[in-house]
Amino acid sequence: MVPITTFHYLVVAAALFVLGVIGVLTRRNVVVVLMSIELILNAVNLNLVAFSRMWGNLHGQVFSIFITVDAAAEAAAGLGILIAFFRNKETINVDEIDLLKW
Amino acid sequence: MLFLDHIYLIPLFPAFGATIMFFFGRRLQKATIDAVCVGAIVVAFLFTCFTVIEYTHFTHGTGQPFEKIVYTWLGSGDAHLNFSKSDGTLASFSADAGFLLDPLSSIWLLFVTGVGLLIHIYSTGYMAHEGGYYRFFGYMNLFMFSMLTLVLANNYVLLFVGWEGVGLCSYLLIGFYFHRASATTAANKAFIVNRIGDAGFILGALTLSWLFGSFRFTDINAVAHSGRFAIGDPALTAAALLLFFGACGKSAQLPLYVWLPDAMEGPTPVSALIHAATMVTAGVYMVARSNAVFVLAPTAMKTVAIVGAVTAVFAASIALVQNDIKRVLAYSTVSQLGYMFLALGVGAFAAGVFHVFTHAFFKALLFLGSGSIIHALSGEQDMRHMGDLQRRIPTTHWTMLVATLAIVGIPPLAGFFSKDEILWQTWTSEGGAYRILWFIGYGTALMTALYMFRLMYLTFYSPSRMSPAAEHHVHESPESPKSPKSMTVPLVILALCSIGAGWVSWPHSLRGSANFEKFLEPVFSQEAVVLHEEGKSGQLAEGRNEAEHTDLTEYLLMILSFAAAVVGWGMTRRSYLHAAKDYVEPIAEKAPPLYNALYNKWFVDEGYDFVFTGRRKLGRVRLGALGAGEAASWIDAKVIDGVVNDVAWVTRAVATLSTWWDKWIIDGLGVRGVAYSTLPFAYLTRLFEWGLVQWYALVMVAGLLGFGVYYVWK
Repeated sequence: MVPITTFHYLVVAAALFVLGVIGVLTRRNVVVVLMSIELILNAVNLNLVAFSRMWGNLHGQVFSIFITVDAAAEAAAGLGILIAFFRNKETINVDEIDLLKW
Repeated sequence: MLFLDHIYLIPLFPAFGATIMFFFGRRLQKATIDAVCVGAIVVAFLFTCFTVIEYTHFTHGTGQPFEKIVYTWLGSGDAHLNFSKSDGTLASFSADAGFLLDPLSSIWLLFVTGVGLLIHIYSTGYMAHEGGYYRFFGYMNLFMFSMLTLVLANNYVLLFVGWEGVGLCSYLLIGFYFHRASATTAANKAFIVNRIGDAGFILGALTLSWLFGSFRFTDINAVAHSGRFAIGDPALTAAALLLFFGACGKSAQLPLYVWLPDAMEGPTPVSALIHAATMVTAGVYMVARSNAVFVLAPTAMKTVAIVGAVTAVFAASIALVQNDIKRVLAYSTVSQLGYMFLALGVGAFAAGVFHVFTHAFFKALLFLGSGSIIHALSGEQDMRHMGDLQRRIPTTHWTMLVATLAIVGIPPLAGFFSKDEILWQTWTSEGGAYRILWFIGYGTALMTALYMFRLMYLTFYSPSRMSPAAEHHVHESPESPKSPKSMTVPLVILALCSIGAGWVSWPHSLRGSANFEKFLEPVFSQEAVVLHEEGKSGQLAEGRNEAEHTDLTEYLLMILSFAAAVVGWGMTRRSYLHAAKDYVEPIAEKAPPLYNALYNKWFVDEGYDFVFTGRRKLGRVRLGALGAGEAASWIDAKVIDGVVNDVAWVTRAVATLSTWWDKWIIDGLGVRGVAYSTLPFAYLTRLFEWGLVQWYALVMVAGLLGFGVYYVWK
């Protein structure tokens, strides 16, 4: 058995982060994009908690609480934008949101 | 000395008459007007006679001038009126109201008042039925006042006052019948042409004042005789020529004679007084008075002689074919005045003055006689409609015959002596240098005989060509109511004078004593000295240069003049004695172009119209005053307005340019150009704006990765 060190946590967090980024960049559904953003944020949370365990203090965990609150607010705002946009365009396909183009 | 001391009264008597006429004339009776105006001249004439008698006693025959200065009229001797003379010294400007009596002005006074008196008396009869009786006599008296001022003046300024006054009265009297347009035009012409001469007179008088420092005749004569100025001095010559130009205007010489024939529009007594006996002789008087100046300028004297001779023959030629009786006499006056100036020009001043004296009598007589004829024919002036008047108006006839014989120079009448004297002086002056002028004068004498006898034959001796109404009129009243005593008596008196006036200067060669010239000797005497110094053997007041003359030459010339008169009489008798209703002028038969030229007065008036007034165009060219006006108008319309228009065009062009610059360069290049130049960059940059959110997110991640890679490998 390999002992589970901080490094393993960081790798998992990085993998989640990358998945989240890929989701943001490639998924067509706006709701899934928002979920991917949440995934990114949570990956960062995991990273912070891991470091908190490593240093033996609570700095990381406190910061994580902040990020979670921030994520919640941001999700609310994002959903609000999504609903406003849906009212106008009747679609949740991110490829069709291109009014600000040249 | 009673009369001499009050010599200033002589002009004032007629001035008084004129003033009364001006204020009260309209309301006065004819008899009162006669008494005042004619009476004023009677008093003036008697006063003149007594004054001249007193003068001769006063001077004991020395002929020194008597000068009476009444007051200083202009200038006062203050320093601020000083001016510098030609030699740099200072002189003070002053002109006084002064009167000068010497032999020259005595003669003029006597015949001006005498002939003036006779003409005034004649006018009471002639103008009896005309309107404006008081106005006529007022103007006549004003004229006498001006003329007497002119003659008595002791300086050029007061002379000029009289000079202008006679010009004014000439204008007023020529235009007496002002309802007639022709009369007013003629009056204007007389005054304007006179004025042109006056400009010359003023300049001449001012030049003399600049040279001599004074306007007074006595001062100028003294300085001139002192020899300060060389003979032929250019400034002096200029002054003399300018004065002569003034005399040309007043005395109707070439080129300013054109007013005199037209002046016949005035009543006949006016023509007799002003344009025969007095005003036109003012120029002669002025030149004679300035003899000291003229003698020092031989060029001026030559000019005077030549102009006089040419005028004489020119006017005589025109008189040959004129049909209006007064016009013939007008041109005759111009011609005889030419004789007078010829005499003055060759240095024979006394002869010229003598001719003025005799001419006054017979010319006034001719004019008054013609007035009588016109009166008898109820206004007919054209000789083509006269004839056979010899028995019908006998007094007029024989007086006019006397005058005619006088003017053509039949001895022993007056004209013979004066005209012969002039011709003889011309022949012998300067050793014969003026002989060509003698030929011109002789030709004029022949022409004088021709036109005067033509006048007599056509009027009196030829068969009647009168209109039936005129004929009836004349036949009915042969000279009694139509020609009252007031008209016939002056004619008779003038006829007697025309016969006898020459006898006061019976020439030496005919065993006479030449009293006239002797009387004038003191006035012109210095000239003999000067001319002798010049080397000229001129004959002057004294009359003879012993070395030069022979009685034989003089007799020959006398016979030649008499022959000219007789030949003239013969020629006219042949042509005009039987002149019936549609007679033809001999010149018109033989040389029609010449007749045309003479009849149209050598087209001088037309020439002046073309050159000076510009009322006549030649083709498309207009000269003269109106031409200058047209030229100025053309300049204004084309040149000046052209410049204005061009300036305006330039302004508009600049404005257009400025507009274009603003629109295309400033706005175009500057503003919009800058704006458009950002477009390429915008086009490029725009390519990144797809509007796709995920693309933006990808770009963000790429950037982030770039940073990360950069810092890791750092």
